[in-house]
Amino acid sequence: MTGRERVAPSRRRARRRQVAWCFVAPALIVIAVFFVIPVVAAFAISLTDFDIYALADPSNLRVVGFRNYVELLERPLFWKALGNTLYFVAAGVPLSLAASLGAALLLNSRLARFQPFFRTALFAPVVTTVVAVAVIWRYLLGTRYGLLNYALSSVGIAPIDWLGDPRFAMPAIILFAVWKNFGYNMIILLAGLQSIPNELYEAARIDGASAFARLRFVTLPMLAPILSIVAILTIAGYFQLFAEPYVMTQGGPLQSTLSVLYLMYEEGFKYWNLGNASAVAFLLFVLIFGVTLLQTRAAREQFAR
Amino acid sequence: MTNASQKPRWWSDYLPRPAALLVNGLLLAGAAFALFPLLWMLAASFMAPGEASTYPPPLLPAHPTLANYRELFTHAGMGRYLANSILLAAAATALSLVFNVMAGYAFAKLRFRGRERLFRLMLGALVIPGQVAMVPLFLLLKQMGLVDTYGGVIVPALASIFGIFLVRQYALSIPDDLLEAARIDGASEWKIFRAVVVPLLSPIIVTLAVFTLLGTWNDFMWPLIVLSDQNLYTLPVALASLSREHVQDNELMMAGSVLTTLPVLIVFLALQRYYMQGLMMGAVKG
Repeated sequence: MTGRERVAPSRRRARRRQVAWCFVAPALIVIAVFFVIPVVAAFAISLTDFDIYALADPSNLRVVGFRNYVELLERPLFWKALGNTLYFVAAGVPLSLAASLGAALLLNSRLARFQPFFRTALFAPVVTTVVAVAVIWRYLLGTRYGLLNYALSSVGIAPIDWLGDPRFAMPAIILFAVWKNFGYNMIILLAGLQSIPNELYEAARIDGASAFARLRFVTLPMLAPILSIVAILTIAGYFQLFAEPYVMTQGGPLQSTLSVLYLMYEEGFKYWNLGNASAVAFLLFVLIFGVTLLQTRAAREQFAR
Repeated sequence: MTNASQKPRWWSDYLPRPAALLVNGLLLAGAAFALFPLLWMLAASFMAPGEASTYPPPLLPAHPTLANYRELFTHAGMGRYLANSILLAAAATALSLVFNVMAGYAFAKLRFRGRERLFRLMLGALVIPGQVAMVPLFLLLKQMGLVDTYGGVIVPALASIFGIFLVRQYALSIPDDLLEAARIDGASEWKIFRAVVVPLLSPIIVTLAVFTLLGTWNDFMWPLIVLSDQNLYTLPVALASLSREHVQDNELMMAGSVLTTLPVLIVFLALQRYYMQGLMMGAVKG
């Protein structure tokens, strides 16, 4: 081999590396400028008293350290919003997952007919626009002319002011969220169910296991890894409750549906307390991150055994 | 159960078994629960003004009318909002496809320093909710003069980590020999990308296009923050604001909801296969 031939491929490789950077650079620049830098900046802004005066003239900006966080943790409204969000997550996620799992089991049943139709019908709410379907539900949940109260009246239940009564507003939003979202996890769980080898069921049947026993000792253990992934993603998503209360209740009545993200929106883009809003956003992030981390660790320990 | 060869001996053999009846009955109930609000929306959108606010609440319009749709387009500016939504969703989809497909392919098939580490870092960033970035992003766009413009709405959708991930996973299956052969033939990397890679990636490109299209169409919080000029409103933002003004006008709001949801439902029904595939690939990442 001559020297020239040895140099040429390495030069070509170097050139190819440059081309590779040209391929990734546009996307990476967009992600860096419009996502990574803002996330870092969010923390910086949360340490300032950035408000409407600073918005007009940045020289009004002062660094206040962790004062925003301290004040936030002393505000009853923040705890109210956090409590509401936890209520939504704690009740909404199990209900959503139960609905998803139930629907997936039914669709996966050998007895089910018209599976493509049912799958599409059950999935349809997922692709709809939250704002539009929240508007529909606001009327369905109406006190006087709502169809839900009308249906309940036929079994003798007096009209309920679903969205106007602090006791019922959050349950109504949870019902709506389950309706809107259960189809998503249903599809993922259905794929999981279909990947369980048939031999396991055959063996269980030969051993005389009932349908319930097969569900309990074959299906659920085989599905557990996917179920835990789905649970982690759903919890992280449900912490970001915003559009539903914005359209259906505007955070009311008596702030019973005010979520953490709604609080961030109001602080930041209604009252222009951007320092405060960033602190709210960061606390929400830490919360989601912490919960996700705990769950991932728990899942890893469980499935490593 | 009788064997297929055996003649059924009882009339009851012709009836579905109780278990089959239960499974299909429950599926029917579930489908009714899922579809009822959407069907009622459609029915109510054709009702005369005030008709839905009567007791007992009607399920179907007595005299179907297009009055609500006409009202939306002539007085509520719905044509403008519809055009905004179509324009923004199409632009965001086209631009983000270019960025994400190029980057996803490079992460799968082109070698460069720090590739694996960068990719792992990006996947790690997926746990950060987008809302954390909203306040600084708003200030940044204000500096750039992009607040209250179309550009401001689509900027955060231009590249997505999830999109890059989706393309990369799919591109991993492209055989290296194929690319190497094209290189030996003297094709440039750019030419290979256009002539060899993009056609091979077309299924995942459709999947990503559907995801981005539905995502930008349905997005609410960011356009709500970045837009204050009514003329630039997208359908969800316009609908939310209309629904606060017209609390009593059920039928009008249902027509607005139909106009907002029907386009995405049609896109989904037409390209369902691609959408479901993306959904499945997305779940594997966890």
